[in-house]
Amino acid sequence: MPRPPKVEERTTLLDARAMSRALQRMAVEILELAHGTDDLVLIGIQRRGVELADRIAKLIEKSEGTDVPRGALDITLYRDDLETVGPKPVIGETRIPGDLTDKHAVIVDDVLYTGRTVRAALDELADFGRPKRISLCVLVDRGRRELPIQADIVGKSVKTEAGERVDVQVEELDGRDQVDVIR
Amino acid sequence: MTASPTLGKDLTGLEHMTPEQIRLILDTAEPFKEVSERPIKKVPALRGKTIVNLFFEASTRTRISFEFAEKRLSADTVNVAATGSSVSKGETLVDTARNLEAMRIDMVVIRHPSSGAAEFLGNRIDSNVINAGDGKHEHPTQALLDLLTIRDKHGKIEGLKVCLVGDVLHSRVARSNLWGLTKLGAEVAVCGPWTLLPRGIEELGVKVFSRIEEAIEWADVLNVLRLQLERMEKGFIPSVREYYRVFGVTPERLERSPKAITIMHPGPMNRGVEIDSRVADGPHSVILDQVTNGVAVRMAVLYLLAGGRAELADAAKRGSE
Repeated sequence: MPRPPKVEERTTLLDARAMSRALQRMAVEILELAHGTDDLVLIGIQRRGVELADRIAKLIEKSEGTDVPRGALDITLYRDDLETVGPKPVIGETRIPGDLTDKHAVIVDDVLYTGRTVRAALDELADFGRPKRISLCVLVDRGRRELPIQADIVGKSVKTEAGERVDVQVEELDGRDQVDVIR
Repeated sequence: MTASPTLGKDLTGLEHMTPEQIRLILDTAEPFKEVSERPIKKVPALRGKTIVNLFFEASTRTRISFEFAEKRLSADTVNVAATGSSVSKGETLVDTARNLEAMRIDMVVIRHPSSGAAEFLGNRIDSNVINAGDGKHEHPTQALLDLLTIRDKHGKIEGLKVCLVGDVLHSRVARSNLWGLTKLGAEVAVCGPWTLLPRGIEELGVKVFSRIEEAIEWADVLNVLRLQLERMEKGFIPSVREYYRVFGVTPERLERSPKAITIMHPGPMNRGVEIDSRVADGPHSVILDQVTNGVAVRMAVLYLLAGGRAELADAAKRGSE
């Protein structure tokens, strides 16, 4: 017998204005953490982390008047669950601006959950040099970590259940800025 | 998430692949180009996988290209050549492969003089099998890297006019190219002496030119095939000099076309036979780009074929976001 279709319940966690305020605060916190922009490199994780890193970089550039190097990182090839049957994830672009040695790299991602993506990103960054420091900056920390990884800068923390999803939408890809929790 | 196509267990040829599967490989190859430009040219995607390169025929470029692709994905590789192994003692193909499987390998890359060898093997062992050239049948990764190179250069494949020049009859490269190009919507022609063109090739919707001048006038891309000199004594062509005079791709001939025709060659080249050195090294030659793309395409194929066990897939699904 066919099961009745599951009804999705969406709760908005951040609307466009709240997201904008969060990003501005995160930009300021990154500047404080990195003591300015001298060694700063922002690395966005594909896909929405790249857009968020770009937004934050622009905010920093506006307030500081200097360019902030930014890159993109696709961690697909460093995942620990590639050993699976079925369609492989599409691999996005990886673009690292120069050697990371002695830089302060800030990883930017949309959602921090199990920590496995960040684990893969740390492994991958190590193959591009030896940054003097790597920090983690996420728009949403939804808890339920499976690895000993914590964010340095968080836009919004929320307790979630395993069956729930956090849906981050950004203007550039989705036509609007919004973060929803879907149960 | 939208369902993307998968490749199945083996890559034996392009004949039975869908255009979507071919595009999946080309699209996946794109990000792999960047891996070869990194300071550390290695990603851990195939860590712990064991791959055997089983070569029953001479090969330099293809074998090295596969080996680089495997190593840049962190796989462990073993090369087995027909000479100096138990193959030369009369062991059958299946026995060789089963013995390798008994040592717990995951993938086999095979080159073999018999057409159909890769599929034959794929049907008999559990490991993934990748065809690196089987007799006169197919050489799918060569055609895929040719497709990627054409797409890089022209931004598309659909609607382009591609002519395969020379020894089409003996060429598995030509056969795989014909399948791949037609599936992706290119117009395909062949040009060469009639002794080196397969009978009835027009029935596949392929144009046939008997004069190289006509082919040059028509084409956007010339894929110049190697004249298989080892077959010369069989009387397919009068002489190498005669072949160059009539079918050689020379600057003088290319100059008559108003278009800048892209020049490709799968290698190894016979300079001054099927292709003039000034053309091979000329501004419109993408012959070395083909070699670079070969590694990326083979990485994509290895990555897409490397599967795991069903229970792991389920566990990963439960654990993923």
